[in-house]
Amino acid sequence: MSSHNLEEQFQQKIDQDIKIEPKDWMPDAYRKTNTRQISQHAHSEVVGMLPEGNWISRAPSLKRKAILIAKIQDEGGHGLYLYAAAETLGQSREQMINDLHSGKAKYSSIFNYPALTWADMGAIGWLVDGAAIMNQVMLTRTSYGPYARAMVRICKEESFHQRQGFESLLVLSKGSEEQRALCQDAINRWWWPALMMFGPRDQESTNSDMSLKWRIKRKTNDELRQQFVDMIAEQIKVLGMTLPDPALQWNATRNHYDFGEINWDEFWQVVKGNGPCNKERLEARKKAWEKGAWVREAAQAYANKKNTGTKAA
Amino acid sequence: MKQFIKKLYYGDIPDAGSGTTPSNDQQPRTDWPLWEVFIRSKQGLDHKHVGSLHASDAQMAIENARDVYTRRQEGVSIWVVESKHLTASNPAEAGELFEPAADKVYRHPTFYNLPDQVNYM
Repeated sequence: MSSHNLEEQFQQKIDQDIKIEPKDWMPDAYRKTNTRQISQHAHSEVVGMLPEGNWISRAPSLKRKAILIAKIQDEGGHGLYLYAAAETLGQSREQMINDLHSGKAKYSSIFNYPALTWADMGAIGWLVDGAAIMNQVMLTRTSYGPYARAMVRICKEESFHQRQGFESLLVLSKGSEEQRALCQDAINRWWWPALMMFGPRDQESTNSDMSLKWRIKRKTNDELRQQFVDMIAEQIKVLGMTLPDPALQWNATRNHYDFGEINWDEFWQVVKGNGPCNKERLEARKKAWEKGAWVREAAQAYANKKNTGTKAA
Repeated sequence: MKQFIKKLYYGDIPDAGSGTTPSNDQQPRTDWPLWEVFIRSKQGLDHKHVGSLHASDAQMAIENARDVYTRRQEGVSIWVVESKHLTASNPAEAGELFEPAADKVYRHPTFYNLPDQVNYM
């Protein structure tokens, strides 16, 4: 069968919403796009543990500490689900880790911003996880089977992340003047980076067209961003706080909130590696990987020894 | 760029990941073997495939599966099997493989029209 024919059949399956599974024929570009996107997503989960990890020892109560540890453990698990999905496309785990550590692979820029106060743990849960969920809910219907299944699993666990974040901010919002100020400050610092998480505007995004045709993505960056703004603009009223955007306003004709322009220079600077914490995050990842090398080697040596033992006996 | 184009499909990965016979020599393979994880969510139900993970041996695979796939009491029993031991049917041959069942409607109870008196049979 000619590859033109295969490609036609492939597109027919996509159009009928039949999932693509690992051993099915797929265009190389589909494989490549999915590999890139899924591994980036995995890296984001793993690097995402770092800003929060710094706050485990400084959580204000045992309850908050237990919640934070559980959330971070989930993120490690989410990274694993996604790495496993990417591996079904033929990319080895080690290659992906190497690409992350060498700086070749990207992860979500949001994690290159510092978590300065305890209130940031709440803001990250509410805004950052909230923005991520918009994307992830869409991806539960993505066309590549293993990716979609990983996302279903992740979405089930993720809603606790956003809820605990909002609840944590709610407590601060009802606290002392100082606590309220912390809450507002965290929202001010995380709002714009959270909006940037949806990526470049539709007219500039290079990946969107094929991604939509192949149903890897089902909504454009701008659609998801608008959906997020509409949701948060309502939720912030419950906190009695404000979003740092004077242009934010309900537009009755569009039936959506209008909002101000993102600082795209900052966006591209952080993507290119010049954000506040890019270097620090990668250093922390590499250090953890290198310091764990002896554990990986010891476990392998133990398994080898046991295997030879069985064969000899 | 090359790594994206090479045709390593699902069934091929286990070999590559298990450290036994590297399927390409472009990169050294030091990943622990890949394991497929099956979870019984409660007594009386089948074990169901939930995903995969790397582990150096079966015991570690079970413990890692416990940590990643049952954090919210999703299971009462875990099976792990090294992925290289799985054999899968080829989707390109699915037509021929499953064709014999296509024209045997008489295998279904609804094929038989019975009088009302016995139609609950």
